[in-house]
Amino acid sequence: MLTIKDLHAEIDGKDILKGINLEVHPGEVHAIMGPNGSGKSTLASAIVGRDYVAITQGQILYFREDLTALSPEERALKGIFLSFQYPVEIPGVSMVNFLRAAVNEQRKYKGEGPMSPSDFLKLMREKKKLVGIDSALTNRSVNEGFSGGEKKKNEIFQMAMLEPKLAILDETDSGLDIDALRTVANGVNALKKPDNATIVITHYQRLLNYIVPDYVHVLYKGKIIKSGGKELAYDLEEKGYDWLKEEYENSLNGSL
Amino acid sequence: MIVVEEKLPKHPDTRILERFDNAAGGKIHPVLDRVRAAALEDFKRVGIPAKKNERYRYTDVGKLLDRPFVPLLQPHHRNFNVEEIFRCDIPTLDTLAFTVLNGFFFEEQENLVELPGGVLAGGLRQALKQVPQLVEAYLDNLISTVNDGLEALTRAVATDGFFMYVPDGVVMDKPVQLVNLVKDDKDIMVQHRSLVILGKNAQAALLICDHALSEQKFISHGLTEVFTGENSAMEITKLQNEHNSMTDLSSLFIRQERNSRVRTNTISLHGGLIRNNLHVSLQGEGAENHAYGLFLMDRQQHVDNSVFIDHAAPHCFSNQLYKGVLDDEATGAFDGKILVRPHAQKTEAFQVNKNILLTDQAKMNTKPQLEIYADDVKCTHGATVGQLDEEALFYLRSRGIHEYEARMLLMYAFAHEVIREIKIDPLQDRIHELVDKRLRGELPRCHTCLVDYNK
Repeated sequence: MLTIKDLHAEIDGKDILKGINLEVHPGEVHAIMGPNGSGKSTLASAIVGRDYVAITQGQILYFREDLTALSPEERALKGIFLSFQYPVEIPGVSMVNFLRAAVNEQRKYKGEGPMSPSDFLKLMREKKKLVGIDSALTNRSVNEGFSGGEKKKNEIFQMAMLEPKLAILDETDSGLDIDALRTVANGVNALKKPDNATIVITHYQRLLNYIVPDYVHVLYKGKIIKSGGKELAYDLEEKGYDWLKEEYENSLNGSL
Repeated sequence: MIVVEEKLPKHPDTRILERFDNAAGGKIHPVLDRVRAAALEDFKRVGIPAKKNERYRYTDVGKLLDRPFVPLLQPHHRNFNVEEIFRCDIPTLDTLAFTVLNGFFFEEQENLVELPGGVLAGGLRQALKQVPQLVEAYLDNLISTVNDGLEALTRAVATDGFFMYVPDGVVMDKPVQLVNLVKDDKDIMVQHRSLVILGKNAQAALLICDHALSEQKFISHGLTEVFTGENSAMEITKLQNEHNSMTDLSSLFIRQERNSRVRTNTISLHGGLIRNNLHVSLQGEGAENHAYGLFLMDRQQHVDNSVFIDHAAPHCFSNQLYKGVLDDEATGAFDGKILVRPHAQKTEAFQVNKNILLTDQAKMNTKPQLEIYADDVKCTHGATVGQLDEEALFYLRSRGIHEYEARMLLMYAFAHEVIREIKIDPLQDRIHELVDKRLRGELPRCHTCLVDYNK
C-alpha cells in the first residue's frame, strides 16, 4: 500500500532524509527505530504532509498514487493517520465537535451523509471501551489539560474512531508508564486488521514487546541502514546503535 | 496693530458647537436642561478629544466630527411604523422591547409602561414628566465626573432616550430589549442618553441592539447610565451589527453598590467605526463586575474598546475579557484601565485581551494599564496579538477536516470563551449562530434582523 522510493527531504534547507526506500503491505507492522536526530519524525511528517518538510527528490506512493501533491486532509481522508508525538491542546474545541467533524468529513468523502447524533455517541462509547479511554476525557476540549498518558490514549482513540488504513505511531511510547503503555498497545492491537498496516516509530524496543513488528528498520543519518525481523529490535536493545553506526560508516569508507 | 484673529480659522470646538446650534435643542424639562447647560460648559472647557489624548489615540474623533453630517436635534415626524420595517430576530427570546429611533424614544403610548412590582420603563422625556425627582436623583451623576469631550457634547445635545426603574427587591423575569435604530435619507448624527436604575436586591437583564436601517454615513452616540443598588444583579448584552458607513459610538457608565453583581457583554459583529467606552465604578464593598467583549472585524472596519474599572471600595472583584478577530485591513484597539484607590484593599482585578490577526494588513493596538494605590490587592493583566495556532490547524487537518472548516473551528473556539459568558440561554444560542455566520462571511449586515432592509 505504501511505497517510498529514494525519498530526499529537507527542513529549512537542511537535508534530513537522504534516500529512503520502504515498502509496506496491508496487514504488516513495521517498526522504524534509530538514534535521536536520524530523521524518524521527519519521515512521518513527510508522509502526512507537513508543509515545513520539503521533498526534494523521490516519491511517496500510496496505493500507487503520489501523495506529495495532496493536502494533509486529503491524505487523512484516504486513510492515513498519524498518532502525534506531541498532541496539541486546542482549548474551546470540544472532543465531540472535533470528532464529529472528522467522522463526517470522512463520510462525506465516501459519499455518505452525516452520522446521526445518537449513532455518533454510540460509536464513541464503543471505541472508548475498545481503547480503554476515560469517559470524562471526551467531555473536554481537545487534549486540554490532559496528562501525557491521556494525550497518547486520545490519539489511539481517534485512530479507533477513524479506522485508518495506514497508521503511523510517532514515539507513542514516550512519556508513558508501563500501564499506559499496555493500554495504548492493546488499543493498537485491537484495531489491527488484515487490510490495514501500522508503522511504529520508536527509539526503544520496549513498545515492540506489546506491538510485535513484522519488520524492523534502522534509520541513521536520513537512510535506512539496516532492515530485519523483530529480532533486530532485541539486538538493538542489547547492544545499542553504535555497532550499526560503525558498520555503516565502515561500509561507506569501504566503498570509497 | 494688525488684527489677525479674524483670519485665523475658528477653533474646531467652536465650529462643532455652531453646527449643533450651540446645543440649543429647545427647553425640554428643567432637570434635563440644567444637566445640558452644565455639559455645554464642560465641553467648552474640555473640547473634542485631540489625537494626543491617550484614550482616543487610535480613534480620531475630531476628524470624525469634521465630516459633513447633519445633527438631529428634534425628532422626525413619525411617518412609518417601526414594526413594519424592523423585527429583531431572536425568535426564542421573549423580551420587553423598546425602540429609540434616531435618538428619540419611539412609542405609541405616551406614558411609561408599568410592569409587575412597580417597574417603570419608557422614554426619558416621559420619565422627566412622570417621575422627575427620580430622574433628577440619578441623571448625569456618573458622567459629569469624567472629562470626556465627546460625552460632554452628547450630554449637551441629547434630549431623549430610554428610561427604566426597577424598585427594590423586584426580580424581572423577562429581559428588556432596547433597540437603537437610525434611518434617514441624510447623513445624520444622532445622540441619545438612557438611564437605568436598579434598586436593592433587584435583578434585571438588558439587551441593547444597535442597527442602522439605511446606508447613509450615520454617526450615533448613545450614553447609558446604570445604577445598581445593594445586592442587585444586572446583565447587559450589547450587540453591534452595523454597515460599513456607520459610526457607532457608545458610552456605558455603571455604578455598583455593595455586593451588586454586573456582567456586560459587548459583541461587535460589523460596523464601519465602533468605539465603546465602558466605565465601571465599584462604590460598595463586595461589588463584582464582569466585562466581556468580542469583536469580529474585516475590510476597513475599525473597533476601539476603552474600559475603565474604578475600584473605589474594598473587597471588590472585577474581571475583563476582550477578544477579537481582525481580517483584511481591519484595525482595532483595546485600552483597559484598572484603578485601585488607596482604601480599596483586598481588591481582585483581572484583565485579559486576546487578538487574532488573519492578515498582515490587519492591525491591533492593545494597552493594559494598572494604577494601584492599595497594597493588599491581587491584580493581573495580559494581552496577546497573534495568528491562528498553526500546530492546532495541522492537527485538525491531519484528521481529515478541511482547512477552511479547521480555521472555523479554531476561530469559533476562540470566540466561544466570550459567548459562553452570556447567561441568557436563547440569547447565547442566537449569538453563537450569528458569530458562526459572521466568521463564515454569511452575515452581510444585519440581514437576519431586518424584514426589509430597503423599505
